[in-house]
Amino acid sequence: MRWLETPAGRVPQVSSDLRLGDRLGAWKARWGIGRMSYLVPAGLYAVGNPGPDDPVAVTANYKMSYDLVRRALAGRSVWLLVLETHGINVWCAAGKGTFGTEELVRRIWLTGLHQVVRHRLLLLPILGAPGVAAHVVKQGTGFGVRYATLRAADLPEFLDNGMVTTPAMRELTFTLRERLALVPVELVSALPATLAVVAILVVAGMLGGYSLAPAVAYLGGVAAGAAVTPLLLPWLPTRSFAVKGMVAGLAWSLLWYLLAGGWDRTTVLAAFLCLPAVSSFYALNFTGSTPFTSRSGVKKEMRLSLPVMGLAVAAGIICLLAGRFV
Amino acid sequence: MKGFAYLRNVATLELDRGACIGCGRCPEVCPHAVFRLEGGKAALAARDLCMECGACARNCPVGAIRVDAGVGCASGMITEWLRERKIGWSGGGGCS
Repeated sequence: MRWLETPAGRVPQVSSDLRLGDRLGAWKARWGIGRMSYLVPAGLYAVGNPGPDDPVAVTANYKMSYDLVRRALAGRSVWLLVLETHGINVWCAAGKGTFGTEELVRRIWLTGLHQVVRHRLLLLPILGAPGVAAHVVKQGTGFGVRYATLRAADLPEFLDNGMVTTPAMRELTFTLRERLALVPVELVSALPATLAVVAILVVAGMLGGYSLAPAVAYLGGVAAGAAVTPLLLPWLPTRSFAVKGMVAGLAWSLLWYLLAGGWDRTTVLAAFLCLPAVSSFYALNFTGSTPFTSRSGVKKEMRLSLPVMGLAVAAGIICLLAGRFV
Repeated sequence: MKGFAYLRNVATLELDRGACIGCGRCPEVCPHAVFRLEGGKAALAARDLCMECGACARNCPVGAIRVDAGVGCASGMITEWLRERKIGWSGGGGCS
């Protein structure tokens, strides 16, 4: 570890290169492995060789956030103030308030930032704004807050643009690539409940003479909601995630019907009732991973769709049992 | 945000234009360009795009903005609902 001497003490000097370990760590976090403890110590870091007039960028202590920022700042001299967000990214921590006014003010005093830099300006990520009251930070520390960019990758352009945010730097995106990065963690989150249901379906399938077909059908339903819906999000109909998921689930039901074939009428009915409901449920869960769903909207969707999902599954099970025993 | 919009007429966002001092902070923090400055004061340009993150209200120095802020996350709300009813559940989409 290299250190930079400042009037407030030694500050660790960090590299902008991401090593194999950093990339592997990010990949593991994407799959939910050790994601809740993937963090760096909070405090002040030096990227490059910053002096008292160089800018101060603020980020969270989720290691992936910290890595993104230091990589974006390659070849520049910037102070990096890392807040204690307990390993949570900027956006989620701002929502919880840990990336917040109180922590920012405390961290400024703890790191002795007043002695390290001569100016009184902090650059914050725009998605940190839900947690930070800029005017309160100013009152408490004398440091003004400028919400710089949404993405760390735009920081160099922001700095070169005379620290002015262009509309593009403020515009959220949710590209196929960005959605794809979220799918692993959706699948991993769905895993415990899925394994439990699949175990029951395997046993029920054996007893009922369906072999593994019900378990595979269910897995497809989960995938339709947790993977296919996120990827096809802009192209699935309506604004409702529950409906989008239901459509993906219907498509899967049809596909599985054509692949597996030879079902009696009650099995067909059961599959077309249950699978879209499962897919719809996981699609609704994806609302938490998107950057544009509101709490009021999700509440409304849940109120309308959860009872329908429950009724559909119950009706499907009754159909299936009726077909076997009546 | 191009290509994405959530449900219409659900956002709880309210702006008191009378109290606004036109500091420009709300358009600075809003990731969905809900606000714009009109005649030296903030105006709601696209209320339906609001995701209720609360950044504008938190950063408004005169308290001219009100929004029932929270996270639009179904699994989070289910977890919250179950916890309130003391039903054990380890899920929650990985955001503890």
